[in-house]
Parts: sequence; structure tokens; C-alpha cells
Amino acid sequence: MNEMIKPKDYKTDIKPIWCPGCGDFATLSALTKTLAFMQLKKEQVSIISGIGCSSRLPAYIDSYGFHGVHGRALALASGLKAARPTQTVIAVGGDGDGFSIGGNHFMHACRRNMDITYIVMDNHVYGMTKGQPSPTTEPDWVSKLTPHGSGIRPFQPLAIALSSGAGFVARGFAGDPSGLAKLIFEGLRHQGFSFIQVLSPCPTFRPEQKLWKQQVQPWPFDTTDDPVLAASRIHADEGLTTGLIYQRELPVWQPGAEASDTLENIEQGFLV
Amino acid sequence: MRPTRNENPKSEHKNKVKHLKKKHSISVAITGAGGSGAVTTGLMLLDAMSRAGFYGYMSRSAGPQIRGGESAVMMRFASQPVFNTDDRFDVLLAMDWHKVERFADEIPLDSQSLIVCDENAGEIPAPLLQNGAVCRALPLSKTAKSIEGGRANMLGLGVLAILLGLTEQAMQQAVRATLGKKGDKVVADAIAGIERGMQFVVAGTQDLRLQPKSTAQKRWNISGNEACGLGALRGGVRFVAAYPITPASDILEWMAPNLEKLGGSLLQAEDELASINMIIGGSFGGVPSMTATSGPGLSLMVEGLGLAVTSETPVVVMNVMRGGPSTGIPTKSEQSDLNLALYGLHGDAPHLVLAPLNILDCVFTSEWSVSLSEQLQAVAIVLSDQSLGQSRLVTDPPDYAGFNTRRVVADASTQHYQRYQLTENAVSAMAIPGTPGTTYTADGLEHDERGTPSSMAADHQQQMAKRSRKLAAFDYGQHWAHVDGQGGIALITWGSSSAVCQEVAERLRDSGMQTRVVALRLLMPLNVQALQGLIKDCTSIVVVEQNMSGQLFHYLHAEQAIPARAVSYARPGPLPLRPGDIVEFIIAGVQADE
Repeated sequence: MNEMIKPKDYKTDIKPIWCPGCGDFATLSALTKTLAFMQLKKEQVSIISGIGCSSRLPAYIDSYGFHGVHGRALALASGLKAARPTQTVIAVGGDGDGFSIGGNHFMHACRRNMDITYIVMDNHVYGMTKGQPSPTTEPDWVSKLTPHGSGIRPFQPLAIALSSGAGFVARGFAGDPSGLAKLIFEGLRHQGFSFIQVLSPCPTFRPEQKLWKQQVQPWPFDTTDDPVLAASRIHADEGLTTGLIYQRELPVWQPGAEASDTLENIEQGFLV
Repeated sequence: MRPTRNENPKSEHKNKVKHLKKKHSISVAITGAGGSGAVTTGLMLLDAMSRAGFYGYMSRSAGPQIRGGESAVMMRFASQPVFNTDDRFDVLLAMDWHKVERFADEIPLDSQSLIVCDENAGEIPAPLLQNGAVCRALPLSKTAKSIEGGRANMLGLGVLAILLGLTEQAMQQAVRATLGKKGDKVVADAIAGIERGMQFVVAGTQDLRLQPKSTAQKRWNISGNEACGLGALRGGVRFVAAYPITPASDILEWMAPNLEKLGGSLLQAEDELASINMIIGGSFGGVPSMTATSGPGLSLMVEGLGLAVTSETPVVVMNVMRGGPSTGIPTKSEQSDLNLALYGLHGDAPHLVLAPLNILDCVFTSEWSVSLSEQLQAVAIVLSDQSLGQSRLVTDPPDYAGFNTRRVVADASTQHYQRYQLTENAVSAMAIPGTPGTTYTADGLEHDERGTPSSMAADHQQQMAKRSRKLAAFDYGQHWAHVDGQGGIALITWGSSSAVCQEVAERLRDSGMQTRVVALRLLMPLNVQALQGLIKDCTSIVVVEQNMSGQLFHYLHAEQAIPARAVSYARPGPLPLRPGDIVEFIIAGVQADE
């Protein structure tokens, strides 16, 4: 009989580059807990990322993984899922990677609805490049690059995911790892594209996010499958509530059928 | 010998050129406004000529309109294989004069040329007549109106059939093959129109009937884009992700249903940044993967290609070149993406660059590219172009042994698996997701043998040397170039210019000038030593290509593959290179040396 897989079985010997107190540690442990809970074998799982602090995560989990280029995690993940549909494909990354340079892929991955779970560790800042505003940063947040703040209204990840056609829209918090693990579990179980925004504090460039621990509240509603209701709730929300906001079964991208013809036959088509 | 681009050969050179024997072939152009059926007429003629036992080549040109724009087909027929356009045209069938001046440069006519047109079409534009072409205006549209379902283009096709010596039977078969899906009525109407057209008596300027070769062998009618797609499938490609772009989309449209039949799949990506990363993901998943694009798309893919190089993920990019830079001339050909393909990637990023030599060779080069990419876990950029991709060829089917080569894959029993392990040939086994015991994370970061990110100098040097050596040390065999002939003149060329150079060499040889052609199929890595050996005794070395700056010429110089006496014959698109122009250029150079 096979032994039960434990969270530590997914651990690699590579030391994370993350700062002490970084929220990304919580996502890493929530993820390994969930994989162990689901008893997914290492080789069944592929974790795909782009560039940024949180995008370093695949190297810290002993499964298949790909640490690609900035912004393209979802494209890599989609290609892998299409070529090898039996893999459990999880894309991970940060807010800059997913919503700025990768924003186009985010929308189209939601539309395409392949069975991929996408976890964005959102700290409202570019950490790896040492503190510039990201798409989710408040307009008045001052940095060296934006001495007067960006002046730009923050990107709304949940609203965009919903309107782009995602069938699973959730928000978690690094300060609540077991709640986060539950959301990841639901996301992996969901058939189709699952989007989980994780509030993941950056103690180095956004120390004020330590207050999230007191500010974050549970999502005050039950999960709905009504996109209109979900949209109005998301737009009324201040961004610091967590839960499974919207879930709906939508047609999922399906892999192609087995071969039904031979190349020799296809070549007959060129005969005069 | 250093002729400049604008040098006018002296008259004696011209005389010599004139007496050169040319390949016996017939060239026909058909032009017309949108809806006049010029392209359909061309496809039917190509089909009929192939049934009558001839070989043929058909390129096309169009205005910028999506629908209803003027278009032209340019065809060449012969009893032996033809792969390119000639210097001039024997016949122009003009359905009307709508913006036909746009094609005047592409359809050179002379005093031996015959123009067949509709008598109601109005005055012939002067540029078409300036070299003395003879015009026969016929009541095509008027007669068409008198037949039920009659169309002027079918009457025109009937006229061409008579001029070219085609039988009613061949025409009927061609109509059924081309229009059969549209129903019996359409077929019957077309046949009636053609047969009426065949009753016109047209005094020609010359006998346009070719002697057919044996028709015993089955022939193929294939476009370069279809041939690239087919080669990729032969090579084992079963996943494609791509974004539509002219002139590459036909590859995708041909592959989409056929991939499905073979159990593969195609994703339409949201942009080229996605398509390149999707195929890297697909290939990481263990399935040979490719994309197809053109210059603007290749530009967007360059970062992704670097990722594939560093992570050693095999991918193939079919780049069907068009006039550049920027949006350039999307519908017409140019060989001007060589620099991008060779040098576009940042960092030291060893990869493969290949180019098919003609439409038929698209099958071979495409399959070979997949095979090399998979064996070497490398990026392969294949440089086709619009003149190959969107042209059709009637040809003998490809005749070569396929490549039964697959990538080296780690199996589940592997102990202490290291993804980037140093090996004798510098290729390390790739683990496929799903395989137990060999989990790893592929990375665009520099890494050590195990795949762990590393910024250590020793790891960088070791892994860069590995990626370089696996391509440099590989034995590519004889396929790196197609070498033909020998003698004092050497033509070095690549891609679609190869067929033109082949014809140039034939003409020079027929007049007693021994000529060698080296058509490069594998451009990177370049087989410098072999190339040097092939040209060392040549007194005239000309590098021929269709771009303005002489991209291959400069590359060969940078690699010290050609001596200082080599000269460049480089012309930008979109006009096809003409064999006669190159012959003149070479003779001028040779005589300047004498």
C-alpha cells in the first residue's frame, strides 16, 4: 500500500528568496497542504509562473514546474494543459506579472476556460525591482518612480476575471492560511479556469500592509452563480474581504479526440 | 569584379545574354478586379495543365482590399519541374483593366507577348503596351451574356486552353476538381463557357503548346504553406498555437483540421507573445510543438525564444516572410527577416535557422527542422516567405526517407535525475510531466545541471558552453546545403532565391560558363568550412538574396565564410528576382574581370 503523501513531501531543498514575513510563504504552505490533502502525486502536478518574487514559487515545490518569462505564465500553462490534459496545472505569480505585463493573457485565459487554477499573490507593489507601483497599487502611494503617486485608479482583478468569463472567482489572505488552503482546494476541484487573488503582504516595501491582519474580513455573502449579482457585490467591495465570491459551471475547454486518420491518407489530398 | 547595383551592362553583354538558351516554358498571367474570377481561373488552368502532364508554378498578387480588390495570378508551365517565375510572360489574360497598372511591374511583357482581353473593357493601359506586346480583344463578356450562366472568365480560360493546346477533356476534369463542390449546375455552366471560349480563333504571336512528358507518375498540387504544415506533421508536430497573420495563416488553416484527425490540437492565441509561450508549454509537456507567423509576429516572439533556448525546450517557428519592416507589405514577398532570425535574441542564445529552397522543399526542410529541434532540444526558426507560402506547385511528390528521430526522454527509473546534465553530445534527457521520479522546474534563469537557479560564473559558463556545443558539434550531414554544378562562378543563396539561382546556373552553363550553386538550407549554425571548400577555386562569387541590405552577404562575411572578392546581388521585394537580371549581372562582372 502506498504511504499517504504529506505536505513536507512537496518541499524542495531550495531556500526561498523571500523576505522574512512575506505573505508568499503562506501561499506556498497552503498549496502543499492542499496537494497533500488531495493526495496528488508530485508528477501529476505542474506549477507554472512568470517573473517576480512570488513567481519563484515553483522551485520551492517538488513537482513539475516552469519558471518562464515575465507575464506569460498563463500562456505557458495553457500550452501545457492543451498538450498534456491529464496534468493538474497551477499557474502562480504576482500582481505586476498577472495584471500588467500579463494582463491580456489574464483576460483570455478567463475566456478560454481551460481547467487551470491561477493564484495571484497580490501585494500591490513590484517587490523584485524594489518598490514601484503595480496595477493594484493605490493612486496616492508614493515611490521613487512616482514621487506624486501614480494617480491611476487600481485595477480590479475580480471584476475583470468575472467579466472576462472566469467561472471561479475568489479572494484569499496570506494571514489566513487554512482559509486560503480551502479556497485553493475548491479552485483545484472546480472544472475550468479558477482565479484566486491572494492578499499577500510585502513587509519590505509595503509595511503598512501589516494592518491587513486587523482589516481583512470574511466576504459577507454566500457564493453566487449569478454574474450580475457577483459584479455588483465586487464593485461595492473595498478589496479586503475574502471568500469564494462567484462560482458557475461554464463550458470547459476540451482536449481533442484520439487520432482518426493517418498522415498517408491526408497526403492523398494533394494528388492531382 | 565589383559591379554596383546601378551599373548598366554594356550592349555586348546584353547580346550575349539574349543568346543564352532559356528553359523551355510558358508563362501566363491572369488579372482582374475582385469578382472577375482571376484566381479561380488560374487554379483551374493549373489543374488542367497538370492533368495534361505538365509541371507548373503559380504565384499570386493582390491589392490591399479584403474583398473585391484586384488580383493577379502568375503562372509558369513546363515539361520539367519549375519552381519560380520567368523573366517575362507569354500571355496575359486581362478580365478588365481595373487598376491593372499595379501589376505592370510584376508582369513584364515584350514584343513576343500576347494580351487577350475583353473588347468592352475600354482602352488598354499604356504601360502594358510599351514593349510591343500584341493585343487581341475578344467579345468575352458579350458572348458570356448569350450563354446561360456564362461568365467572361470561363470564356477567357477557353481561349487560354486553345492557345496552350489543352483538350476539352482536361478542361472538364479541371472544372470538376475545382468547382465540383458548388454543384452540377455551376460545373455545367463553366464547361459550357470554356467550350465556347475554345471556339475563338486567336492569331498567336508564337506557338505556346508544350510537349507533355509522360503522365504515368502521380503529381501533387501543393502550396508552400501547406507543404510547411505537412512537413511539420511528418516530423511529429501535434500541438500548434498561433495568432493569425498574413501570409502565414494558411499554414494554420491547413493544419487545424489535419491536426485534429491525427489526435493533436491547435490553440488560437491572443497574440504572438502567447503563441510562443504556449508552444513552449506544449513542448515542455512532451508534445512536439510549433507556431507559424510572419515578421511582426516573430519580433514579438523573440523573448520567448530566449526562454526556449535557456530552458532547452524544443520549438519550431515557421516564419513566412513578407515585405518589412513594420507592417510593410503584408501580401508580398521579401527575404528580409534573416537578421532578426539570426541575431534577434538577447544574450548568447544558440539556435537553429533554416530555410526551405522551394515549395517542394518546404516539406523536407520543415520536417528536418522539427527533427533537429527535437533531437537537439533547440529552437528552430524556419524562414519561408510569401512567394513560397502562397504559391502553388504542380510537382512530383516529395521523395526522401523521413527522419525517425525523437527527443531523448528521461524514464521513470532514472536515479538522481538532472535535467541539464552534461553529456558527451551536450544533450540531456528531458523529463515529461507525468513521469514519476524525475520532477524538475524548467527555468529561464541560468541554472546548474540540476536546474536550480544559479548566478555563479562557473554555472553560467558551463551551461552556455553546453547549449552552444550541442548545436556546434552535431553532424548535420549533407542537408545543410543543396550543392549543384561546379566551375569558376559560384552563386551562394538561400530560401526562395535558390530556385531562381538554379535557373541562372542552367542558363550560364548552356552558354558554356560553368557555374556552381550553393543553396543554404541550414543558415545557423553555418557550415563555414564546407562552404569555404566549395567556393575556394571560384573566381566569381555572388551572394544572391531578396532584400535590400544583403543580409546573407554580410553574415557570410562576418563568419569569414566568403573571401573579399565575393559580391552581393541583393534586391528588395516584392518583385520576384528575375533569372535574366542575375545572368546579366554575372556576365557584366565576369567581363569586367577579363
